[in-house]
Amino acid sequence: MFRLEEHKEETENKAIAKTVLPSRAYIPLSQHLGRICNPEVKIGDSVSTGQRIAAADARIYAPIHASLSGKVTSISDWPHPLLGRCKSIIIQGDGQDKSQIPNPKSQTDIENLTPEQIRNIVFEAGIVGMGGAAFPTHIKLSPPSPVDTLIVNGTECEPYLTADYRLMLEKTKEILQGIELVVKCLGVKKVYIAIEDNKPQAIEKFKIQNSPPKAGPPSAEKFKIKVLKSQYPQGGEKQLTKNILGREVPQGKLPFDIGVVVHNVATVFAIYEAVYLGKPLYERVVTVTGDCLENPGNFLVRIGTPLSDLITQCGPLKKKPEKIIFGGPMMGFAQYSLDTPVIKNTNGVILFSDTEIKVAEEAACIRCSRCVEHCPLGLMPCLISLACQKERWDAARSYGCLDCMECGLCDYVCPQRRNIVQAIKRAKALLNR
Amino acid sequence: MPDKLIVSVSPHIHSHESTPKVMWSVFFALIPAGIVGVFIFGLAALKIIIISVLSCLVTEALIQKLTHRRISIGDGSAVLTGLLLAYNLSSNVPFWIPVIGGIFAIAVCKQAFGGLGANIFNPALAARAFLLASWPKHMTGFSKPFSPDAVTSATPLAMLKEGKVADLVQSGLSYMDLFLGKRSGCLGEVCILVLLIGAVYLLWRGYIWWYTPAGFILTLGGLSWIFGVGGFFKGDFLFSILAGGVILGAFFMATDYVTTPITKKGQLIFGIGCGVITFIIRRFGGYPEGISYSILMMNATVPLIDRYVRPRRYGVKK
Repeated sequence: MFRLEEHKEETENKAIAKTVLPSRAYIPLSQHLGRICNPEVKIGDSVSTGQRIAAADARIYAPIHASLSGKVTSISDWPHPLLGRCKSIIIQGDGQDKSQIPNPKSQTDIENLTPEQIRNIVFEAGIVGMGGAAFPTHIKLSPPSPVDTLIVNGTECEPYLTADYRLMLEKTKEILQGIELVVKCLGVKKVYIAIEDNKPQAIEKFKIQNSPPKAGPPSAEKFKIKVLKSQYPQGGEKQLTKNILGREVPQGKLPFDIGVVVHNVATVFAIYEAVYLGKPLYERVVTVTGDCLENPGNFLVRIGTPLSDLITQCGPLKKKPEKIIFGGPMMGFAQYSLDTPVIKNTNGVILFSDTEIKVAEEAACIRCSRCVEHCPLGLMPCLISLACQKERWDAARSYGCLDCMECGLCDYVCPQRRNIVQAIKRAKALLNR
Repeated sequence: MPDKLIVSVSPHIHSHESTPKVMWSVFFALIPAGIVGVFIFGLAALKIIIISVLSCLVTEALIQKLTHRRISIGDGSAVLTGLLLAYNLSSNVPFWIPVIGGIFAIAVCKQAFGGLGANIFNPALAARAFLLASWPKHMTGFSKPFSPDAVTSATPLAMLKEGKVADLVQSGLSYMDLFLGKRSGCLGEVCILVLLIGAVYLLWRGYIWWYTPAGFILTLGGLSWIFGVGGFFKGDFLFSILAGGVILGAFFMATDYVTTPITKKGQLIFGIGCGVITFIIRRFGGYPEGISYSILMMNATVPLIDRYVRPRRYGVKK
C-alpha cells in the first residue's frame, strides 16, 4: 500500500455537468464481462433513448441500450477502449432525445418489490460494475451462498478521478436509497460505506444523511461509514475486506466466499436510477481531466460518446496529448484512437502531455525491494518479472503471478522503470492458456 | 489534435524515484566521512579516493564501450563502488593499489556477472578481499592519525588481536576518540560520527532500512560483550562497535540492494549473520577485523535466504 500523488484538485470541485448530446453514438456490443451481445436492431431502424438494442442468450451478460434517439446507421467494427476493436451499433442522433422511460415509481410500489423483481429490473437496465471490472450486477445481487456483509465502495483510490466523489456529494440520498435496494436483494445485516479520508466532505454528507430519522442514539445509524486511509489500492475488493472486516479472501476465491459483496457507489446509484426512475444504464459520470485540457471536469456522459467529442467539450487543448487513458492512471487503458467511445465502466478519461508521461527505457532489476514492500498481496513482483524475462513460467507462478490483481503499484515504485505489470499480464495469458 | 498516441500497458504514472537518485544520495551521504578522512590522514587520503573512483569509472566505461552497451557511468553506481573501495583502504597504500582494486571491482566482480543488478558479491568488498590476499603488506599498514610523515600504527582491533592490551591502554584511546575517528584504520571508517549522520539521512529518505544494520551491530556488540576476552559478560560492547569498520559496513555496504536479501525479514537474518561471522573472525580467526569477509560470505547466502524467506501472501494460510 502506498500514498500516491493524487492530482484530484483539478476536478474535485467541479460539479457534475451535462455534456452536449453527441451527434453520433458508437455503442459496443461488449461492455461487460460475459457473453458478447447480439444486436436486436437493424441498419435503418429508428431507436429511442433507453431502448434495448442488444442482448445475448446467456446468463452472464448485461443487455445494452440506445443512448440517443435516432437511426441506426451501421453495425460494424469500431475502436473499443479495452478490446482494441469490437462490433458496435452506430446511432445517428436526431437531436431530440426522445425516450420511452416510464413514469417514476411511487415509494409504496418500491417497498412492495420483491428481491427477485429488483434483480430483474437491474438486469433489464443493463447494469454492470461501474468501478472497473464491469461484471454484470444482477449476478452479484444473487450470490450462490448466503452473505452477511455489504461493502459499498466509495474509496476512489485511483489518482485524478473524482467522478465517484462528485456523485457521493451530489447524490448522497439516492445512493443511500440504492443501498437499501441492494440490502433487500442480498438480505445482509451489516453494511459498510467505505470512503477514503481524502474526501472529508463526502464523509460528512453521508454521516448527516445516514443519521437516524428521529432523535435517537448516534449508534442507531443505518449503515456504518468506514473512513479508510488514503492509500492505493485501498479500493481493491481484497483490501476492503481486509481493512474493514479483518477478513482475507482466500487465494483464488471471491469475496462472497467469505460472505461479503462489494459494490461501487456508481453502480449503486445506477441501481437507484433503474428501480426508482426506470432508467436503464445509458449514461454515466466520467471525470475528464489531464494536463492537456483547459476545462477539465466531471460530466454526465452518454454511453457511446466518442473521445473527440469529450475533448471538444473540455477544450481547447493547452498541450498536445501524448497518451490518453480510459480509467485511472494506475489501471486504465491507453487509447490509440480519438473515435473510442465511453462505455459502461469508463470512470475517467485522462489526457496526458509529454510532461506527465515520460517514456523510459526498462533497466535491470537492482533488487531494491520496493515492489515487495508495497505489494498489497504480499507477492514478489521483481522476481516474477525476472522469471518472465527468462521465460521461466513455472517460477513466475511460484512467485504468485496468478494471484496478482495488476494494481500497478510495483511498477509505480520501481526506480528502474521495469514493466512488471506487462510481464505479469503476459505470464498470466500464457499460464492460463 | 494529436496524430499519434502512446499506447502502453498500465500503470501510466510513476514515482519520481530513480536508481541514479538513490546512488548519488548514498554517495553524498558518504562524502562527510571522506572529508574527515582527509582531515585526519592528510592529502594522501584524497589521492586514494580520487584514483579509486576514476579507476572504477574508466573501467566501467571501457567495458561498456567494448561490449557495445550504453555507457551508464552517470548512474552513480561505479562512482559509489570506487568511493567505498577507497574508504576500505589505508591512506598510505601505493597509488596502484586503488587502480587495480577499481579494475577488479568493476571488471571481475560487477561486469563479468552482467553489470548492475547481476553481481553476487559487493564489488568494493570483493576487490578489497582480492587486494588483501594479493598484497597483504600494503593492505595492513595503517597511518597514524594526524602524522604528516606517514608513520604507521596498528589499529585498535589489531592491538587487541595481538594481545597487546597494554599498548591499547597506553595509547589512551577513549570512546570519544574512537567515535570521532582519532585512531588508525581505513580512511573512511574511522569517524563514526559523520558516518552515522550520513546513515540517518539515508534512513530518513527511505533509501536504506534499519533491519540489516540493527541486526549486524547488535549481534556483533552483543556477542563481543557475552563472550568477552576477560570472561562471560565482560566484553566491551561499545569498543567492538566503535573500533572497527562495522558502522561503515553495516550502514553502507550490508545495505547494498543488489547483494542483499529482498525481504525485510531476510535483511534482518543477513545482518545477524554478518554480526556472527564478524565476531567469529575477530575472536577466533586470524584477522583482527572481519567486516568485509562477513558481508562477502553472507552475500553468498542471499539466494538461499531469498528462497526460504518470503513475504506472507494475502489470502494464503500458513
